[in-house]
Amino acid sequence: MSSSKTVTVNFGPVHPAAHGVLRLILDLDGEIVERADPHIGLLHRGTEKLIEHKTYLQALPYFDRLDYVAPMNQEHAFALAIEKLLDVEVPERGQYIRVLFSEIGRLLSHLLNVTTTAMDVGAMTPITWGFDEREKLLDFYEEVSGSRFHAAYFRAGGVHQDLPDGLTEKIFDFCNNFPKALDDIESLLTENRIFKQRNVNIGKVSKEDAVDRGFSGFVLRACGVPWDLRKSQPYDCYDKLDFKIPVGSNGDCYDRYLCQIDEMRESIKIMLQCLDKMPNGEVINRDSKIAAPKRMDMKNSMESIIHHFKFFTEGFHVPEGEIYSAVEAPKGEFGVYLIADGTSRPYRCKIRAPGFAHLQAFDLLSKGHLLADVPAILGSIAIVFGEVDR
Amino acid sequence: MSKSIEVAKEAIKKKCKPIEISDDFNQLQISISTNQILDVVDFIKNDEACEFRQITDIAGVDFPDRQKRFELIYHFLSFKHNSRLRIKIIIGEDESIPSITSIFPAANWFEREAFDMYGIQFKDHPDLRRILTDYGFEGYPLRKDFPLSGNVEIRYDEIDKKIIHEPVNLQQDFRSFDIQSPWERTNYLKEEKKNNE
Repeated sequence: MSSSKTVTVNFGPVHPAAHGVLRLILDLDGEIVERADPHIGLLHRGTEKLIEHKTYLQALPYFDRLDYVAPMNQEHAFALAIEKLLDVEVPERGQYIRVLFSEIGRLLSHLLNVTTTAMDVGAMTPITWGFDEREKLLDFYEEVSGSRFHAAYFRAGGVHQDLPDGLTEKIFDFCNNFPKALDDIESLLTENRIFKQRNVNIGKVSKEDAVDRGFSGFVLRACGVPWDLRKSQPYDCYDKLDFKIPVGSNGDCYDRYLCQIDEMRESIKIMLQCLDKMPNGEVINRDSKIAAPKRMDMKNSMESIIHHFKFFTEGFHVPEGEIYSAVEAPKGEFGVYLIADGTSRPYRCKIRAPGFAHLQAFDLLSKGHLLADVPAILGSIAIVFGEVDR
Repeated sequence: MSKSIEVAKEAIKKKCKPIEISDDFNQLQISISTNQILDVVDFIKNDEACEFRQITDIAGVDFPDRQKRFELIYHFLSFKHNSRLRIKIIIGEDESIPSITSIFPAANWFEREAFDMYGIQFKDHPDLRRILTDYGFEGYPLRKDFPLSGNVEIRYDEIDKKIIHEPVNLQQDFRSFDIQSPWERTNYLKEEKKNNE
């Protein structure tokens, strides 16, 4: 393998195009990549170990810190897992709010990823326009949860609070204006000659390889596999919404880019439908064993105070059992495998992150390409180290 | 969705002779022994009734009280039948298990992670290195007997101009409250009492 011509290069762990802390060991023959060995774990925080020591309620905020560019989508998977074990229903309004914010998360993730990848291949302007839109979305996060990134908004049984007054109008306005902003970004990239030269036929994967390597999400769909958990195994109210799944054909960086752009347009459609169909009513299952009592009730009822105390100290008990629940996170299938032992703490919580499988195939993706293509490929599979390293 | 599970269940029951088979929450799960793994995985990947073409994850679990303390749970997904399958294997601390990377290349990093976190050995794995922990890390962090706060802490020494590893020294230990039985005395008090006697 290591002929005298082979040069080994250390890419990262601190490199702006590595999208985080990735150390790549690259064997180069001239400028051509012969082997890529990603060293990960530089952001490993032991999330799974920490979750084993927390109650279900305390464990939830850790999910924000996995894929931190789309925090609520991760919470969604965890909340769904607990709900299945507890066998509780989510009120309809709660379901629509969760789907609405999951799609906002998808926009957040794709906007960041498409524009930063464009910057990696030389286009400076899209990132400024994309972050302008992201800022508006993060304001919605802040209005609803009080924090721009680490929202901790979803709960087992619904969401923490109802939407504040006037937020739906703001989201509606955003949905009407966003397609124009997306058109602007596209006008700089989609038919841009340099952008196409850097992306078309780069990092190409066949359908079979994509399935074998455990790909999911838009990376899988760009290879021509029409698979989306929102359609095939719908959760919450996705089965009541009308949307399409963009599928690529080439499986190269350019198709992955197009899939993300089209997914954003579909997300806007989903958000508008959510706003349209959202009924009034409770946002969380008011079973006092799994949700905190309302503030007003606590003023009048002794029982509510007891429930409040027990809820925030001991937490709710989840019956014994094991469950795997997955959501279509922006980057692919994000799954939570939960083993409950009947106490108020998870016995084991295994997190399946889509980026882990995608990065694993990096050797396959980059073999035979130039060193300059490495950042383009890395950007196209949307790596975020929060979820890869956990 | 449930019909395809029934079909897959019958096929697996007939061919693989699992120790246990269940479908709680509409999720198919089978238990098999270590030496069955390669045959079963090959079968469920290629059989028409199953076609679980993708491996989604491998999860390790530690039950320190059991005689064979580890469990490995393999997650598979079938695009064709839109169903999932979990394979559970019980394995002891000093045992090893054949790697399935020859059948599912994506299992490579998942197995490395199980090795890194639990110390489970995979036979014939092409590259069984630690993956998530630091270079030179000792111990297996997800085992239940590994302390939450770890064993060593790391700092940059301004005088020696290098990174130094030291045993963890916390001002206050991590406290785990025994909230399961609030009306009895907590466990650590019981232990303290026993030690004093």
